[in-house]
Amino acid sequence: MYFIEPHIHIASRTTDDIQALARAGCVAVGEPAFWMGYDRTCAGGFYDYFRQLTEWEPKRTANYGIRHFAWMGLNAKEAENVAFAREVIELLPKFLDDPDVLGVGEVGLHKCTKNEVTTLEALVELALGRDELLLFHTPHLEDKLLGTRMILDMLRADGRVKPDRVWIDHCEEHTIRFVRDEGYWSGLTLYPTTKVTPDRAVDMVEIYGPERMLVTSSADWGPSDPLALTAFMAAMRRRGHAESLIRRVVHDNPLEFMRQCRRFDFTPPA
Amino acid sequence: MTTTTTASKTLDGEFLGIRCRLIELAASMDRIERSDGPSGDPRIDKIRRGLEIIASDSPDRAERVQLVFSLPYDENWRK
Repeated sequence: MYFIEPHIHIASRTTDDIQALARAGCVAVGEPAFWMGYDRTCAGGFYDYFRQLTEWEPKRTANYGIRHFAWMGLNAKEAENVAFAREVIELLPKFLDDPDVLGVGEVGLHKCTKNEVTTLEALVELALGRDELLLFHTPHLEDKLLGTRMILDMLRADGRVKPDRVWIDHCEEHTIRFVRDEGYWSGLTLYPTTKVTPDRAVDMVEIYGPERMLVTSSADWGPSDPLALTAFMAAMRRRGHAESLIRRVVHDNPLEFMRQCRRFDFTPPA
Repeated sequence: MTTTTTASKTLDGEFLGIRCRLIELAASMDRIERSDGPSGDPRIDKIRRGLEIIASDSPDRAERVQLVFSLPYDENWRK
């Protein structure tokens, strides 16, 4: 079965991983701009990273027949210094015009500070002003519930937000209901220890249904599995779910969401 | 969506994994005890509350355990 991995940090993975993804049936990936494991010290660091996501990584994945899409943004972990954040945000429009960029992301909250909120408001303003898709990172662990609800409060207060064009990622059992009740796309992240296991993801698909549901690995520079989506697919099969349902979640849903980007130009293999 | 299987079949598939994770949990608690003891660390209280939820009969255990380990939401966070 072909699948699309809509959230993976290819920049932190080796070509062995890209090859493995291709062999497993991955036809496209989405790579949000994120934290590289250390705090960058100047806007130039971000500029080069954005170039990596829009120039180099698409070439690397194309070698294996995988189409690469990127998201542009300033991640929550590097959002505390508001002046620095504004310098980085000024770089974004140029990269948002790239034909394979899907929108603004992954942006969000980390420790839910006032400065993070200020930076996030500027990023959301940029996205809404350009009618871009939005991908939100919700905080880890004990901060997740508070941060998710703060993000939802911010979005609810802005009449320009179209829920169909917003993906709230890293949902878990105690946050997914809030996200889905307000009509947003909900993402389940198959990341060891700090996020969701394949079986818990299947539970949430069973409870909430496949509509507006995305499942991803968010595989990055830490211990993570770039093939986590295949583990989810296996878990769905073990529980007797139809191939059509599995395909809907791992292929049709990401395609449906990404197609909303006016620049999106990709026809998946039949 | 409804599931298409019985509780008994689900338990058939889950039992060994649950048993394994319970033993791991028990071993972790023993490890803490063998150190210089938990000495009132608030995380131990959270673990105990989590275990009580798991042992309870009410539904939505996963969600309720998540809440034990979450910071509370304050609707006045903007102020």
